[in-house]
Amino acid sequence: MTDTPPAPPRTEPARRPRQTTRDGRPAGPAAAAARKPPGDTRTRGRSWRDSPLRRATPWFFLAVPLALLITFTYVPVASMISYSFTDWDGVSPDRAFTGVDNYVQIFTRPELFRVFFVSGYYLAASALQIGVALYFATVLSFDLRFRNFFKGILFFPYLINGVAIGFVFLYFFQDGGTLDSVLAWLGVTADHPWLGDPTSANVSLAGVSVWRFTGLNFVLFLGAIQSIPGELYEAAQLDGAGKWKQFRHIIAPSIRPVLSLSIILAVSGSLSVFEIPYIMTGGATGTSTFVIQTVKLAFQFNKTGLASAAAVVLLAIILLITWIQRRLVPDDKVDLV
Amino acid sequence: MGKTKTLTGVLLTVAMLTVAGCSGGGAASGETAAAPADPNEVSGGIKVLTQRTDLVQNGTLKRYAAEFNKVYPKVKVTFEGITDYEGEVKIRMNTKTYGDVLMIPAAVAKNDYPKFFAPLGTTAELAGKYRFSDKSEVAGKVYGIAQFGTANGFVYNKAVWRKAGIAAWPKTPQEFLADLKAIGDKTEAVPYYTNFKDGWPLVQWTANVGSVTCDAKATDKLAGPVSPWRAGGELRTIDTLVHDMVKQGLVEKDPTTTNWETSKAMLAEGKIGAMMLGSWAITQMQGAAKEAGGSPADIGFMPFPAQKDGKFCATLVSDYQQAVSAYSENKSAARAWIDWFTEKSGYSEQEGAVPAVKSAPMPATLKDFVDNDVTFTERSEAATALVNDIDNAAEIGLNKPDYRQKLIDTARGAQEGSLQDFFADLNKRWDEAAKNAGS
Repeated sequence: MTDTPPAPPRTEPARRPRQTTRDGRPAGPAAAAARKPPGDTRTRGRSWRDSPLRRATPWFFLAVPLALLITFTYVPVASMISYSFTDWDGVSPDRAFTGVDNYVQIFTRPELFRVFFVSGYYLAASALQIGVALYFATVLSFDLRFRNFFKGILFFPYLINGVAIGFVFLYFFQDGGTLDSVLAWLGVTADHPWLGDPTSANVSLAGVSVWRFTGLNFVLFLGAIQSIPGELYEAAQLDGAGKWKQFRHIIAPSIRPVLSLSIILAVSGSLSVFEIPYIMTGGATGTSTFVIQTVKLAFQFNKTGLASAAAVVLLAIILLITWIQRRLVPDDKVDLV
Repeated sequence: MGKTKTLTGVLLTVAMLTVAGCSGGGAASGETAAAPADPNEVSGGIKVLTQRTDLVQNGTLKRYAAEFNKVYPKVKVTFEGITDYEGEVKIRMNTKTYGDVLMIPAAVAKNDYPKFFAPLGTTAELAGKYRFSDKSEVAGKVYGIAQFGTANGFVYNKAVWRKAGIAAWPKTPQEFLADLKAIGDKTEAVPYYTNFKDGWPLVQWTANVGSVTCDAKATDKLAGPVSPWRAGGELRTIDTLVHDMVKQGLVEKDPTTTNWETSKAMLAEGKIGAMMLGSWAITQMQGAAKEAGGSPADIGFMPFPAQKDGKFCATLVSDYQQAVSAYSENKSAARAWIDWFTEKSGYSEQEGAVPAVKSAPMPATLKDFVDNDVTFTERSEAATALVNDIDNAAEIGLNKPDYRQKLIDTARGAQEGSLQDFFADLNKRWDEAAKNAGS
């Protein structure tokens, strides 16, 4: 969802300064006189506005992003969908068409769906994450000391590569690692293998995910909050509204679209968790997610066809959930004034 | 109107470009990559894909190439080290450019070998000379020659075992467990280190199939609905030992955060009693011992604790096999490299591995095995293709860490279920998959 390049505004590229001719030379009166013999006005008179080249111009600008988008997003998705109807093993030059067999398998094998329970941990974590991000965004939108410093600290984890985070937290959670040491300073001796049993492992991993993505939510919220005109606060203050009332009646309604976007991202993110558990536990000890399972089907058991079908199913589930969410919470225009 | 047309145009162009990029069809010729008759005649450049990025970086392979050029002056050898060898080469095999010489990735199904690789000769020609040639044999032709082979067993720290008062190799799994317990009681060392987190060391246990009953054909016998984890089955013996070790607390405290690189130093320093690994690991452990200021002589290697007629057995398993790409333009130069690298380079000796050439002697690393009269059996690969098919269809993964990780989780109570149910489930899945694969 986030990796779609923003389409350039359609009118922008076509607009060119009136003062140049088609080939870009200065079009001062002298130049025009030099280049245009009198009497030629009729043939050259077709205005730039109607020229086919002008109509095509936006497409020239769009060609590169579109080509990239199509080559690296739509073509692979199309081939993935076509693989999902075959029994391809991922290497062999031959593949047999098996119809909807893969889909039937996915829906008749409950163990393939059981991994979605793991997503519950991440979903709960996302709720916490949005709450924390919203709190900090609100607090830091007011004038505070070291405001930018705290902003930096909160956003920083999002900038780190997910693989690096996985390794860092592996040391964090290991026996006698950072977490144990910090707890020991506080006088707590927790002799507990953090990644040792499914509940503890999933909670730990979801915690890492909160640490990583809070910054993103925070920046989204902060942007929305800062776009609220300052006069509104002033007016509210004059009317005697405290900070809570300001939040309740000014901030909350104005960030609704961003909040709704965050929720969609959180839900789809929780369903397709991959990096952190894959690197930290490899899906062992009950931390396997749907995507890890799909990757293993494709690359360990050479069932690329089945794995493609699983990926298509996940895509469908996410689209469905997004659609339901949009129906339940319509994205209506926010009008503050 | 105009806009729609242009868009269609763009889409079409892109689609055509994509199709043109993908359709690199054309079948392999099936021409044999024969060794050149005259070393001075053969010429051309060949590219060798390898998983040993370390040997590419430190120039070892370049030195081998320089040696090679003394015999074959007109062949230019270049190397491409690939860190994620399996994953990357698997994808590249959808194209035509996957080097001239490459290690056959495990993901390629045996029956597809003729589509990707040039045959190196008939079984009759090669089987007498090289070990493991049946691993890459399809329809009477051999497609790969092993770099070297490995024997599996426990790499252990002799000093630790001595300290625990153990003089002789354990002969049964029960004795092995008792010895580990003695190590746990009498020394500071972790008796056994699972390397659970990195996963692949757990896979090494599977290579003991055949060592337990001294049967070279043990793997072939898995091809069918044979319930591999039935009472008395080799996999049951192996996995029960893993389970019991963990259950009795003879392994590290937190398996989920283990680290392979640290484990090498820990074994060398006597903080770990034993680890199940291939014989290739011995030189690495000796190196780690030297680095830690210890004695490389403390690193020992013992076979799986099971005996037949009073003798231990060790199954020899092929490492990666070298093949010539079916699309190589310099097949005879490529073949010349493989032959030279396998026979003359001294690579397998350097690695302390079992040489692929049958006539060559066993390496110094396996001296303990030779001295103690361990029977070496070369694992038959006749039915490997079918066994792999069943294994993949069942989604068990004999050569993947997942099911053994689950076994360890069950043993230490992190996952519910009993060992009996666990084996019963594996048997059920295996047998079902075997029935479907057979039909």
